[in-house]
Amino acid sequence: MLFEQQIRSQFPILGREVASRPMVYFDNAATSQRPECVLALQDEICRRHNANIHRAVHTLSYEATDLYEKGRAAAQKFVNAASADEIVLTAGTTAAINLVAQCMARGGFIGKGDGILLTEAEHHSNIVPWQMVCEQYGAHLEVIPVDAGRDSANTGAVDMEAYRAALRRGVKMVSIAHVSNILGAVNPLREMVAEAHALGIPVLIDGAQGIVHRKVDVQELGCDFYTFSGHKIYAPTGIGVLYGKREWLEKLPPYMGGGDMVGKVTFEKTTYADIPLKFEAGTANFVAGACLAPALEFASQMAADPAAQAHEKALMAAMDAALASVEGVFVAAKEAAERIPLYSFTIEGVHPLDAATLLDKMGFELRSGHMCAEPIVDRIGGGSMLRASLMPYSTVAEVEAFADALQRVVKMLR
Amino acid sequence: MKSIDDIQREIVEEFAVYDEWLDKYEYLIDLGRELPLAAEGDKTDANLIEGCQSRVWLTCTRDEDGRLHFAADSDAIITKGLISLLIRVFEGQTPADILAADLHFIDDIGLKENLSPTRAGGLAAMIKRIRSYAESFAEG
Repeated sequence: MLFEQQIRSQFPILGREVASRPMVYFDNAATSQRPECVLALQDEICRRHNANIHRAVHTLSYEATDLYEKGRAAAQKFVNAASADEIVLTAGTTAAINLVAQCMARGGFIGKGDGILLTEAEHHSNIVPWQMVCEQYGAHLEVIPVDAGRDSANTGAVDMEAYRAALRRGVKMVSIAHVSNILGAVNPLREMVAEAHALGIPVLIDGAQGIVHRKVDVQELGCDFYTFSGHKIYAPTGIGVLYGKREWLEKLPPYMGGGDMVGKVTFEKTTYADIPLKFEAGTANFVAGACLAPALEFASQMAADPAAQAHEKALMAAMDAALASVEGVFVAAKEAAERIPLYSFTIEGVHPLDAATLLDKMGFELRSGHMCAEPIVDRIGGGSMLRASLMPYSTVAEVEAFADALQRVVKMLR
Repeated sequence: MKSIDDIQREIVEEFAVYDEWLDKYEYLIDLGRELPLAAEGDKTDANLIEGCQSRVWLTCTRDEDGRLHFAADSDAIITKGLISLLIRVFEGQTPADILAADLHFIDDIGLKENLSPTRAGGLAAMIKRIRSYAESFAEG
């Protein structure tokens, strides 16, 4: 309880109402809320340090640059990268995956006839950038099934036999979610990376959901790329982190051309900046970038609190009970060996859109629809699901109130 | 035959009875259950309205007097309620009256601000389809 209260008091938005009721924000997997320390820095930069970074010699530019680079350093520390040079700041996870996909292909590391391995539970951001590479360069996708759905054990586990078989067929790239934004099940990354590396295949991990709830150490994991979005982990929108192993970042060609990513520019020939700036063309979102520092510091402190794990367990037990209290609920990857507090579900006889609409009128903010992962939602959820995703600032009382609201909604709609 | 405007006023009064939005939605759900349902065979791609998060089918026929009759279906009940309101407003009207109508009941109820952008987009798509039926029957 104390843990909940201490955390909640730092998020001003959690005190607001929706539909004249206390708001219960359960759409954290789409975007998280921001604590005071992040809001304060955001405000302070705009009021005192707003100037373009990496360019001028004046005081404001120096201050803004320093704050932005502190954001990069915070990201390095957060994922335990060997060097800040291995941290490319992007607009978000989507931008990061597009960057890697395009640069791998342009650099000749993926080409005609090559396979790119994905699981069927990926977010559109980890499908479409690779599909574009397939169209442009004649590569193809190798999609690995997951154990999810009514006619399965519903563990959300990646089919490791299919994974190994695809690796042996000689794919050139593995790109998988740490945790799918639909299933919530934690993928066995260490095993998957090790098996891919044994065959010399590089691995990108889409950590947009995973890093919010699990500690990540990229050196221990050994992955070649790991990416996540700031706005899902207490930072503002418009900033993302791409960790890339130095050897990869050095051998990949630049992504976009423009200012800040160059060495010497003439009309005959341009040389490029060193990593990571080689990949940061144009004025970065330096306000959001700087805010990574307090946001990730906040996340680390919370994860280090011994009460955090117990709180997460209590939230998940309450959510299991809430969903079990309604007849005809199907939860994606319900039997997951390890999950984060993210639940996609359907209710027999109730359209997710209707349920989300009524829940909103009771103050509960939930996501509905295909949630940017149409292939898996089409297969296991009939094209549309509801999703409740929690953060450490969520409370057991909120989940219990959600159970009541859900029962009422189902009564109204059936 | 009531005018399109009279029916709109009636609907606005019915909704004014409820103070809470949840109750207004409950009423919308009841209306959804009374929707004149399209025949299963009419739930074709041609009758499907694009732009809705839920699936909506809408059919339209013209009788001997030149008046239009509608039937619809959807997999979401609130969507059925919304289309049921639209059908109530336009049912049995002439194409000319439908095309000339000033549709204000959605704003008057306050539904527009209380619909998510997704829903509002869907509602706009339904209205557009009704108007396009009226246009094609007006020409025919």
